[in-house]
Amino acid sequence: MEAQPLDGTTLHGLDAYLLRRWDRILEQAAEHLVVVALSVGIAAAIGIAIGALVWNRPFPRSVSLGVAGVLITIPSLALLGLLIPVLGIGWTPTVVSLVLYALLPIVRNTVVGLREVPAAVMESALGMGYTRTQTLLRVQLPMAWPVIITGIRVSTQLIVGIATVAAYVSGPGLGNDIFQGLASLGSINALNRTFVATVCVVVLALLLDALFILIRRSTTPRGIRVRPAA
Amino acid sequence: MSDRLLESAPDEEAAGSRTGLGIRLTDVSKTYPGGSAPAVDGFTMDIPAGELVVFVGPSGCGKTTTMKMINRIIEPTSGSITIGDEDVLTLDPVRLRRRVGYVIQQIGLFPHMTIAQNVGVVPQLLGWSAARTAERVDELLRTVALDPGVFAHRYPRQLSGGQQQRVGVARALAADPPVMLMDEPFGATDPITRERLQDEFLELQRRLRKTIVFVTHDFAEAVRLGDRIAVLGDRSRIVQYDTPRRVLAAPADDYVASFIGSTAALTGLGLVRVADAELGPASEAPDTAGVHPDTDLRTALDLLVSSCGERIAVRDGGRVVGSLGLAAIAAALAAHTSSNGGA
Repeated sequence: MEAQPLDGTTLHGLDAYLLRRWDRILEQAAEHLVVVALSVGIAAAIGIAIGALVWNRPFPRSVSLGVAGVLITIPSLALLGLLIPVLGIGWTPTVVSLVLYALLPIVRNTVVGLREVPAAVMESALGMGYTRTQTLLRVQLPMAWPVIITGIRVSTQLIVGIATVAAYVSGPGLGNDIFQGLASLGSINALNRTFVATVCVVVLALLLDALFILIRRSTTPRGIRVRPAA
Repeated sequence: MSDRLLESAPDEEAAGSRTGLGIRLTDVSKTYPGGSAPAVDGFTMDIPAGELVVFVGPSGCGKTTTMKMINRIIEPTSGSITIGDEDVLTLDPVRLRRRVGYVIQQIGLFPHMTIAQNVGVVPQLLGWSAARTAERVDELLRTVALDPGVFAHRYPRQLSGGQQQRVGVARALAADPPVMLMDEPFGATDPITRERLQDEFLELQRRLRKTIVFVTHDFAEAVRLGDRIAVLGDRSRIVQYDTPRRVLAAPADDYVASFIGSTAALTGLGLVRVADAELGPASEAPDTAGVHPDTDLRTALDLLVSSCGERIAVRDGGRVVGSLGLAAIAAALAAHTSSNGGA
């Protein structure tokens, strides 16, 4: 039987690699999860607030959706690089750039969700004597919640992948293994390193997606989930 | 009885109910920005306390705009509006609206709230205790013929259109407002449900005596429900403002007549009771078809025609009290019309 070449371009010795490196992999995965969660959390707070401020004002609405749309088109590597002079390296530029990428789906879905509340519901809220803020908090946001949480879910999926690029600015997460593996292709375990980290990113994305389905189901008001009377 | 709209009802009043306050609109106009002609032009009307006044007119005549200026969903451009002795336009609009019941055609229940939460919206906004709100919600659901045990914890989407509309009425009545504004509230329901809702609503109003402004484009509904009818033309011009019988008996002009349509007599019969007709002797009553003395003459005439007989029986609790023929029906309508149509 011919021996497999130990040239680092195959997944030779994957089991041994995993056994030796599992702690480091878990640590990076945990970092990855934390940086994504932190960024999505901040982006949700900012994005819902922006959406709530602009949903019924045509000009600010177009501007904020336009800006968020432009942000998402900036190549992630370029954005991180541009942030270095301002924010340095590490967690800060990583979180800032991820927040910027996460904004568009959240702002857009918040705007759509708030605008989808039927005119009759808005009028009766006004007629009952709700103030604008009360209408927003007690009627519109609960009704728009399934749409907003979907936006947050899309943002999460988006930045789980983008977060790998953070390794270029010495940021946290699984990007470190991916890029170090790629940079040392040819050496032992280089491909294992990249491969395992990439699989981890995908698994993380799938787990987060499943989590969001659960969150959406458990936080959607029951009155919106129930089926209409026959 | 207080004449102040915004005075919160003291607790002991919760048991009883506040009857209506009069509404006065004086030279009220509304011009939309960019609109050349006003949508409502110099509207002046006195709506007596405790009466149900129906604004009836074609689509786009400004009747809804006029109504919505009373709770300032639409702000008037000029003029004055008072409820009781208070100038509506000087009040905080949010506090004003919490004191004015409001029902719209599309109902607009909050789908994420239970029926009980929907009905409790205004009491909650007014700061009622949870216990008092819950008690009031139960009472109101029973008032609109919905069993609280069954419906309180359901959601709007689990109810039929007619049931939702009852909840809409209950919600508007929640804080016992002296004034109610209703914009085609029964318009989206099927004819049978609509008639039943109208009957129940009339029954309710007889007890509550709220001051109600009711908007519809359906003249039959206006006749059925209104203590007074205001037939409105373009820009909410009042063409005729009178009791249903007088509008039917003496339409102010061809416009009103065209609105009444060609069945004024039939519509008028709906306002007269069998007991008000000159009944024939009980001996002439047939064994078959019969009506109760409280039935309206329109229903009686329908029965008479479909029975193919000369007369129908008038029965009260199984006892025949008289008979009714075509001549008596016609005479009763004529008497009814002339006794009220003079002035």
